[in-house]
Amino acid sequence: MTNLSILVIFPLLTTFAILFCSNVTQIKWTALIGSLLQLTIASLLMYSYYGERAAGNTAQMLFEARYSWYSAMNIEYYVGVDGISVIMIMLTAFVVTCGILISWKIETLTKEFFFLLLLLSVGAYGFFISLDLFTMFFFLELAVIPKFLLIAIWGSGKKEYSAMKLALMLMGGSALVLIGLLATYFNTDIGGGVHTWDLLKIAHMHIPYETQLFIFPFLFVGFGVFTALFPFHTWVPDGHSSAPTAASMFLAGISMKLGGYGCLRVATYLMPEAAQHYSWIIVLLATIAIIYGAFATLMQKDLKYINAYSSVSHCGFILLGIGMLTKTALIGAVMQMVSHGLMTALFFGAIGMIYERTHTRQIKELGGLLKTIPFLSSVFIIAGLCSLGLPGFSGFVSEMVVFVGAWQQPDAFHRIATILAAASIVVTAVYILRAAGSAIMGPIKNEHFNHLKDATWNEKMASVLLIFAILSIGLAPFWLINIISPDTQIIMENIARGAIGN
Amino acid sequence: MREEQLVIKMNTDFFILLKPELSITFIIFILLIIKVSDGMNKNSSIIHLANFLLLINFLLGFIGNATGTLFSDMYHTNGLIALEKNILNFGTLIISLQAYEWLKNHKHVIEFFILLLTTLLGMFFMVSSGNFLMFFLGLELASIPLAAIVNFDLEKIKSSEAAVKMILSSAFASCIMLFGISLIYGTTGTLNFAELPALITNNPLQILALIFVFTGFAFKLSAVPFHLWTADVYEGAPVSVTAYLSVISKAAMVFVFISVLNPLFENVPTVWYNMLFLTIVLTITIGNLFAIRQNNIKRFLAFSSISQVGFILLGISSGTTIGVSASVYFLIVYIFSNLGAFGVIALVVAQTEKENISDFKGFYKNNKTLSWIITIALFSLAGIPPTAGFFGKMFLVTAGASKGNYVLIIIAVLNMVVSLYYYLRVVKAIFVDENKSPIEKIESNLYSKIALYICMAGIIFTGFASVLYDYINSLM
Repeated sequence: MTNLSILVIFPLLTTFAILFCSNVTQIKWTALIGSLLQLTIASLLMYSYYGERAAGNTAQMLFEARYSWYSAMNIEYYVGVDGISVIMIMLTAFVVTCGILISWKIETLTKEFFFLLLLLSVGAYGFFISLDLFTMFFFLELAVIPKFLLIAIWGSGKKEYSAMKLALMLMGGSALVLIGLLATYFNTDIGGGVHTWDLLKIAHMHIPYETQLFIFPFLFVGFGVFTALFPFHTWVPDGHSSAPTAASMFLAGISMKLGGYGCLRVATYLMPEAAQHYSWIIVLLATIAIIYGAFATLMQKDLKYINAYSSVSHCGFILLGIGMLTKTALIGAVMQMVSHGLMTALFFGAIGMIYERTHTRQIKELGGLLKTIPFLSSVFIIAGLCSLGLPGFSGFVSEMVVFVGAWQQPDAFHRIATILAAASIVVTAVYILRAAGSAIMGPIKNEHFNHLKDATWNEKMASVLLIFAILSIGLAPFWLINIISPDTQIIMENIARGAIGN
Repeated sequence: MREEQLVIKMNTDFFILLKPELSITFIIFILLIIKVSDGMNKNSSIIHLANFLLLINFLLGFIGNATGTLFSDMYHTNGLIALEKNILNFGTLIISLQAYEWLKNHKHVIEFFILLLTTLLGMFFMVSSGNFLMFFLGLELASIPLAAIVNFDLEKIKSSEAAVKMILSSAFASCIMLFGISLIYGTTGTLNFAELPALITNNPLQILALIFVFTGFAFKLSAVPFHLWTADVYEGAPVSVTAYLSVISKAAMVFVFISVLNPLFENVPTVWYNMLFLTIVLTITIGNLFAIRQNNIKRFLAFSSISQVGFILLGISSGTTIGVSASVYFLIVYIFSNLGAFGVIALVVAQTEKENISDFKGFYKNNKTLSWIITIALFSLAGIPPTAGFFGKMFLVTAGASKGNYVLIIIAVLNMVVSLYYYLRVVKAIFVDENKSPIEKIESNLYSKIALYICMAGIIFTGFASVLYDYINSLM
């Protein structure tokens, strides 16, 4: 498992295979087998990554491969992984597999649906393994447009409006990223006035302070749009609530993480001094997002909107962790990415499965589901508990690490931000418990609910996979921290060097 | 003895260097002879023959290209120019393949091909010109027959209107350009492109002259604010002619722009850059804003092609070889993408006479393949990966950014988002919108299929594979 390109080529082959399938059953099984193999590949990758590290390989990136692509502009296809990317690849594999399992019943335009879903995964894998900024941008944009079609064709509610809003906002974000990347590119020099897109080389170059100050906002805000940076979060509620279940899972589980990963790996890592200069703004916006998201969720009556707004709040923790610029907080940010990805995928999955049966997502119309569909109701409750940060689940550890890391910043501003962010968890508890209480517990509100069928095999499998991942992070967080820690260390060293150079 | 050898050498040179032009002239003569002898009456056999000849012509363009000059520097050619001509050949071939559905019942097929190829011949001379006189000759040869084929749906009033608008604005642009050329001649005493750049200084009269020449170019390229004729002409002309106008004649103008206008401004870079800056901003923005409001799909593509021209100028404005190769590369991608879209539209218009975006609602229901083709083509125009359009746009923007003018880059990049909106609007109509009576299944003939598949292959593979770009770059 040392050839990373397989992560891109394999899903691509699966999409082609789907094109040649003749009936719905074939399509579904091709997609499922393809995604299970993706999961296997990702696990093997993680296994060999562990092996290499245990054997004492201390290179920053492992399994590197580099091919010249457009040599005139020094564009390379350059891939490699460190702990952070390995974890994100695992997350992608989990969410894609579960998304496909949950979409088992898609009946309209099945072929197109699975084709687009797998195309999205190509974009996500490619983004996480790229070490060349151009290639990275290519994959980032690749992961935008399929979403438009997924939401516009298979969505519900005001799907056309939501799909357009999402596509334009995300493309707007990537347009800002593009400006930032171009500015970065033209400020690099690898000798003789030749520029480079190579992420690692740029990280070791000293880009002048003023230039960093100019570039950083473009990169950070651009990636921030993807990860619901306040005030660019408005696509999140509409996009998530209109999307079909698998697309919501994908959106919240992976797409929003593309932004977080970009903020960390590109913006903060390459522009360490600017990151320090602007850190207070990031912290401020993240805190606003956390609190605003939490309170906005309180007002929601639709289950999908609840999870969408709570995603805004939870993604705020990622940005808060990045903005705090301490090693622990960065670890927390990465853990929160993984944890939120899994948790929110599970949550959207549960909501989708419930909606498929009851045909409503309004809390006041639901009720007493635990009595008739106990499995799905338990899944819903587990996702909820993870979201509110109950110890034992991944949400608790990751938020905890962010708070501990944030507390390491000793001044009043950061302390207040940390306290406010931590206080938002109380609000989270209110809306989660209220939703679970009235939608899942209580008396059966609708006669028709008595005849609901509980989860089918595919739905069970998807839920169990995600719950397994959530628990394994929640109960044994050290293995995750061990993988991430050396790489956040490197990012921190870059930041510290910037601070000295300043 | 020596003299004799020289004559022979010149003669072979003549044939080798003029090969593209001679080849086109040869086809024109064959068609003329057929027309006069009245030998072939069936439309389809004429089209088969024309397509076959164009294919041979395209293949010939790959072999035996040389560098040299003819007619005392009036005419020059090199590897890049040969490639540019072959790009035009290729586009013409595709358009001719796509025109089958429209031409098979048309009364004047031979005339269509003759006029079309005459304009192509004019463009070849224009691209190869080494002197303003030759350039102007080629330009007129390219413009006047074009107005005639714009009017080729003879019974349609809109077509005639389009042709009149085209010929008037074209003549006006030529006048302005001619005035500029005369001022240049007056101030420098030469019209030779090789000698001119050194003679041009910051002299106000010369700058005025250059602005006039630039204006003439901007007219032909339909860059804002000289774009007003474009939408009406595109709407009125038959679809294949619209495709020709938006792809081939535009590409030819850009090629001349690169090889002629760029060097002329070498000594006055500030004037040049500011002029381009203004034109680019206006062209991209206004093209986009008007495209949003269109309902006729030909007008829509007219405005979108205006904004594409802005992006090409953005690449050229960098003044580097990367900018030039990015522009040529983008034009190839643009030919694939635009002809992909026009190919589908040509089929729909030929069979249903429907050409509004609202008519395309629910198009996916009965025409799955065609829907995907037009969608991928539009995505390529919008610059979305993995299509080649993404690479083309990226390279243009990258080249443009090399000047460090981030205001321009921010405007251009944000306009890419705006353009995405209107392309997605069409995609939404095709895939999502409800329609009680969607367009019936469109039967596509073999020629259209081949043309569309070539375009698709081009859109998908010329991006991933860097071969084409590297080849263009190696010619610089």
